[in-house]
Amino acid sequence: MEELLNKNVLELGEALRRKEISSVELTTFYLKRIAKYDGELRSYLRVTGELALEMARAADEKLRRGEGEGLTGIPLGIKDILCMTNIETTCASQILKGFIAPYDATVIRRMKESGFVNLGRLNMDEFAMGSSTENSSFQVTKNPWDLERIPGGSSGGSAAAVAAGLCVAALGTDTGGSIRQPAGLCGTVGLKPTYGRVSRYGLVAFASSLDQIGPLTRSVKDCAAVLQVIAGHDPMDSTSIPQPVPDYLSFIGRDVKGLRVGIPREYFIEGMEEDVKSSVESAIKVFERNGASVVPITLPHTEYAVATYYIICTAEASSNLARYDGVKYGFRAPGKDIIEMYKKTRSAGFGKEVKRRIILGTYVLSSGYYDAYYRKAGQVRALFKRDFDRAFEECDVIMTAVSPTTAFRAGEKMEDPLTMYLSDIFTIPVNLAGLPGLSVPCGFDRKGLPIGLQIIGKPLDEGLMLQAAYVCENELQLKKIPDRFV
Amino acid sequence: MKITRDVIEYVAHLGRLELDPHEIEEYTGQLDSILEYMDKLNALDTTGVEPMSHAIPNVNVFREDRIVESFSVEESVGNAPERTGSFFKVPPIIEVE
Repeated sequence: MEELLNKNVLELGEALRRKEISSVELTTFYLKRIAKYDGELRSYLRVTGELALEMARAADEKLRRGEGEGLTGIPLGIKDILCMTNIETTCASQILKGFIAPYDATVIRRMKESGFVNLGRLNMDEFAMGSSTENSSFQVTKNPWDLERIPGGSSGGSAAAVAAGLCVAALGTDTGGSIRQPAGLCGTVGLKPTYGRVSRYGLVAFASSLDQIGPLTRSVKDCAAVLQVIAGHDPMDSTSIPQPVPDYLSFIGRDVKGLRVGIPREYFIEGMEEDVKSSVESAIKVFERNGASVVPITLPHTEYAVATYYIICTAEASSNLARYDGVKYGFRAPGKDIIEMYKKTRSAGFGKEVKRRIILGTYVLSSGYYDAYYRKAGQVRALFKRDFDRAFEECDVIMTAVSPTTAFRAGEKMEDPLTMYLSDIFTIPVNLAGLPGLSVPCGFDRKGLPIGLQIIGKPLDEGLMLQAAYVCENELQLKKIPDRFV
Repeated sequence: MKITRDVIEYVAHLGRLELDPHEIEEYTGQLDSILEYMDKLNALDTTGVEPMSHAIPNVNVFREDRIVESFSVEESVGNAPERTGSFFKVPPIIEVE
């Protein structure tokens, strides 16, 4: 049965359609793996075993009728930030404990229509605020490659579960790197689509102008297969792009001859680990060997990314999180009047990082500081967009490291938020400009920890990015699942 | 120091948060250094640059004005921590003598 771990979504789909295996068998295989390994890894907040088997039986029925398609019968894990009816959605926060959404997020609806199997809800930093998943108010998830280390965040549960083979693939969300960074640190593929490519309807909002949903997978083909199902225009999200969705799988296997790869000189910074640098450089050589050309480019405002991002995302978060008031859903603490109830509820219900960001966001939006911070950050954001527009006149994709370091030790950065924030320096500019960004494994450091290559594309150029990522994956043939999980 | 304890307490009130003295102390120091870091943006000349609030230049996305099914009362108030029938129940908003 273990060979099932190496099959991609397309191969599993074939096996399901040919009745070599049933969805119930495949689902049971994964549920058993979760039972065996997740006590240690802690990637799932809740496993929905009964629901999974029920969905698997429905998928098998669909397959019997010859109606199998995209994700029919495929067991996936979902970051606990995407609304789904009949099960809890908590965002790893005490304040949403017990919340059962009355509707499905559009991505969930699309995957249900395709016949996916929901294995359970994956851990994350509370409200997606963090880079290590240590801000979950329920549990700490470990990095499958070294259990002393963090899996990255905020989609750390998704990345850990995929890397350890505890689901075929997972959905995560990315506001400043929350798909790509954990994917990079856990050695999985992770894609943040173009802003507006995937509907945000039913995604619990953190920073609405930056958030996107995307896949975390063990292979580039799986990434394309999942994206195919979730992408597309949705009238329920006014920022959704009304453009047709290409056949993403058709890009896979095409060569990269003549591809112009932009390398930003600002991205090889001080503090970047030597192994990360050399691994990324040798991945770029893979593209050169395959006929791509390397173009030095400049993204001159890179050093301002973190400051710009933390003004914008905290401002939007402080506004979005105003809805947690102990009235409509979730937790309520008693108070003698409504203001006291609000304060006691929010103070007890939110964790440290969330409160820190609400305070920061409230400050930068408050009267007297709005122009100096929020307006200024909006202007600098426009400069980022301009930087990328100029760079893409000379190249087709941009390649960088995903993170300056490999996975750090649990607890290492928790006392110093600014250092934690700086670990997202390479991923943040992509969100500010609304571009698609993909993380694909490109090697291991001398400690055996995964390193990710980031491929940044022009708006809606996910197909070309998957095409390039597959060339890298296919040539490097890296190990996907750590030994202890096989 | 840009940030004092008073500022943190005031902003926490605006954000409807109640902080204990230890938290006020901690956030004061952390926010001071974060805001100092953010001040590096002032080194950039952004005169005449239109602020960007969104990556997509969508303005006024319209849809047909038609009646569609909406959430039932039960679905709408079903998650409330306290309710009375079809209403959300909250503590007093106006003081009563």
